[in-house]
Amino acid sequence: MSFASDARAPADSLFRRNLRAFAANRLAFGSAIVVLIFVVMAVFAPWIAPHDPAATDLFRRLQPPAWMEGGDWAFPLGCDALGRDILSRIIYGARISIFIGVAVILVATVVGILAGLAAGYLRGWVDIVISRIVDILLGFPYLIFAIGLMAMMGPGLANIILVMAYKEWVIPCRVVRGETLAVRELEYVEAARAVGASDRHIMLREILPNILSPVLVVATIRMADVIILEAALSFLGLGVQPPTASWGAMVADGRAFILESWWVSTFPGVAILLLVLAINVASQGLRDAFDPRFSE
Amino acid sequence: MSRPLLQVRGLRTVFDTRAGRVCAVDGVDVTVEPGECLGVVGESGSGKSVTFASVMGLIRPPGRIEAGEILFDGVDLRQLSRRQMQAVRGRDIAMTMQDALTALNPALTVGTQIAEMLEAHDDELPRGGPARARAIRARAVEMLGLVGIPSPDDRLKQYPHEFSGGMRQRIMIAIALASKPRLLIADEPTTALDVTIQAQVLELIDDIRARLGMSVVLITHDLGVVAQHCDRVIVMYAGQVVEEGPTAAVIGSPRHPYTRGLLASIPRPALRGQPIRPIEGQVPELIDLPPQCRFHARCPEAGPDCLRPIEMRRVGPGRQVRCIRTPAEAGP
Amino acid sequence: MTGALLQVEGLSKTYVGRMSLVGRLLGRRPTAVRAVSDVSLDIERGEILGLIGESGCGKSTLGRAILRLHEPSAGRVTFDGTDVTALSPAAMTAMRRRMQIIFQDPYASLNPRRTVADIVGLPLQLHGLASGRAAQRETVAEMLEKVGLKAGQIDRYPHQFSGGQRQRIGIARALISRPDFVVCDEPVSALDVSIQAQIIQLLQDLKREFALTYLFISHDISVIGYLADRVAVMYLGEIVEQGPVEAVLSRPRHPYTQSLLSAVPKVEATARTDRVRLTGDLPSPLNPPSGCKFHTRCPLAIDICRRSAPHRETVGQGHDAACHRLHEGLSITDGGSAA
Repeated sequence: MSFASDARAPADSLFRRNLRAFAANRLAFGSAIVVLIFVVMAVFAPWIAPHDPAATDLFRRLQPPAWMEGGDWAFPLGCDALGRDILSRIIYGARISIFIGVAVILVATVVGILAGLAAGYLRGWVDIVISRIVDILLGFPYLIFAIGLMAMMGPGLANIILVMAYKEWVIPCRVVRGETLAVRELEYVEAARAVGASDRHIMLREILPNILSPVLVVATIRMADVIILEAALSFLGLGVQPPTASWGAMVADGRAFILESWWVSTFPGVAILLLVLAINVASQGLRDAFDPRFSE
Repeated sequence: MSRPLLQVRGLRTVFDTRAGRVCAVDGVDVTVEPGECLGVVGESGSGKSVTFASVMGLIRPPGRIEAGEILFDGVDLRQLSRRQMQAVRGRDIAMTMQDALTALNPALTVGTQIAEMLEAHDDELPRGGPARARAIRARAVEMLGLVGIPSPDDRLKQYPHEFSGGMRQRIMIAIALASKPRLLIADEPTTALDVTIQAQVLELIDDIRARLGMSVVLITHDLGVVAQHCDRVIVMYAGQVVEEGPTAAVIGSPRHPYTRGLLASIPRPALRGQPIRPIEGQVPELIDLPPQCRFHARCPEAGPDCLRPIEMRRVGPGRQVRCIRTPAEAGP
Repeated sequence: MTGALLQVEGLSKTYVGRMSLVGRLLGRRPTAVRAVSDVSLDIERGEILGLIGESGCGKSTLGRAILRLHEPSAGRVTFDGTDVTALSPAAMTAMRRRMQIIFQDPYASLNPRRTVADIVGLPLQLHGLASGRAAQRETVAEMLEKVGLKAGQIDRYPHQFSGGQRQRIGIARALISRPDFVVCDEPVSALDVSIQAQIIQLLQDLKREFALTYLFISHDISVIGYLADRVAVMYLGEIVEQGPVEAVLSRPRHPYTQSLLSAVPKVEATARTDRVRLTGDLPSPLNPPSGCKFHTRCPLAIDICRRSAPHRETVGQGHDAACHRLHEGLSITDGGSAA
């Protein structure tokens, strides 16, 4: 029952109200700060990292973290099998993870929005073609497909991004299509047509701003998955090639010594866990604040 | 006259919102006599629905009843426990909502919903066993027949979405009436319906009221509905009662400028070509209202002396008005 | 008739349901709903034609089909000598400047993410009616004042206005391109009584100021009776009676019009006894009755009504109705008591 009378909304934009609701959720807000720390780390890596991430020093091979016997505070998290500083490599690795995550999501979201808007608004054969492609891509065992594709195209930053975006756009596309189907029936869309607006105007100016919230929420949720997938590909040696530091490859490098030198694999693993968890919690908070349909 | 069936005194219901304290109902007095039909008229934000949601004990946080007495047959409903209130609600007082589609449970058949109501409130049913089940079924069929649903036997098995809007409104009335309440509160029972269907539903309510001898509160924004179906009417504005009296008298010679404005606002074929005189402006926001006449900003007769608390005054037999411009006890 | 600004001839709108692949393979026919069927009417320049009917009768669809917001399935719409139904998409877009619509729901019809300046300015921008942003803002501000809003509210969002004010924004959007013809689709139905009166007054004032012609769609006979010059009554996609508003309201000839009129609760104290009660609900348009579509609810129905559909016949000056028993001079009140 909606007895709470229609106390008129204060002069305040919807966006700012949502942002305030988000800030009020402490866990999500804290997580967002953790994500922010990772981003700062990635951006300012050359100034923050204590050592060159590629500099090898065989004398420090498998040196343990600082607090253990044989450790050294100059290399707080120890060194890997080639004597490279693990902390510096994690800091630089954040660059790769976050860059690839952002790039893939950006490409996928732009493609997904355009395809989803076209399918949802224009309907007809456009919708049939796009929806079938989406169904086919969703039906594929993706990891096997990605491995095959990477093997074919060869490793490299651009290729990784392409291979991941290749399927990732399907997710925002489905969200956008569904939202568009609902919004296109609203009267203000008809009103825009009634004054003579073009399909392009209606899709980009009338519909898109109203469906952006769920798309942003989905993008952040998917960001975590993309980061994990990148780590998995790097772990399998199909990702960014050495000597560039990547968390997934670092975990893979440490596999051989996991029993005696656990820190080589563990710290990059913890970095992946921390970033992915923080993104997930923060995106959940975003979802609650910006898309109240999902929350109670 | 005997004791009133429902007597609400000084009811104040507030909602605490981020923007401030919204006083949706502020010092409302309502009396419903046994067997009468009381019309409650007002626009959105007038507090008419909140008043009766308060009577039914349906106000949930952030809303709360801040002051007042709600006497039903002499018992103050505000003093009852939640359990006791549940027993009153449904058995003694029933309420129908404006939107029958959302008020009915879409997952249960109509028969089940009527049966649940009977299970909970009907004490005359046989105790346990197949006799009870048979009696419930018979009563459910009887109720659907009473509200004019053809072949009620078959339709008991159907779900709400299988009925048309008018039929659903009837079903809601049937559910409300299943326990033979002494007071039926009908909140905008016909607003969502077409005129031809509206006429059917209102006549049904009239008819059942006469047969069961219950009292009806008809909450509506339509003065035409009130004119044709209610004995007495109260007019509400911005959380207060502004005028009260016998329907014919209030509509025939409205004493409050708001009632007058409301009547003048209704477009009538008879007034073709003449400009209508709408009430200018809008209903004030109910947040932190100063203690003064709430209509004065829109009132053509307002003066500086209206900027103080205005009390209801008797202006004739059974008539009260919240306006200082109206002469007291005017005329016969 | 000459001099009509808008002529509608044989207009129909059929919605065809989507077919599943299985259904198609089994050779099933798709479900079709004939929302508007073979409607003809004229609207004179400067008049208000009231279109009345209950929900689901197709009156809103008719308004949208005239504007080609929903593409008509058959028939022709001629606007000021131009066959609108034959226009190319580009020409139709240009024509929209002159044919506008005001919507019922002041909440759904305004995009919540755009400011008043964007919403009301859009027609100017699309039709190149303002030279530059500053000029556009100025025109919008003037229009806002004309519909009773303040120019200073131009940068606000729809949620910052009340229902009545939002309806004013919708009116400003419809009128800013200086159209000749406006479809008013239940523009006051969602509003409170006192606000409703303000908007009706505003629509009348603006009609005079801009020399407008309205198709005024409503379910409220009082509003139509007050505003319209002529009225057309719709039932299940067809026009069953039309004529000058005084004639139709004082001497309704079709039993449906009669029942509609008698069902309206009037404020003036009237005897309740002369009211006719229509039995039953509106039939489903998916499966309309045979013959005269009203026969399932009509107290006057006889055999022929079930078999053949009546044609519209003239019953007075510009007044026609479609009923088999038109010339028996029956009124539903007599028939009802006889039955």
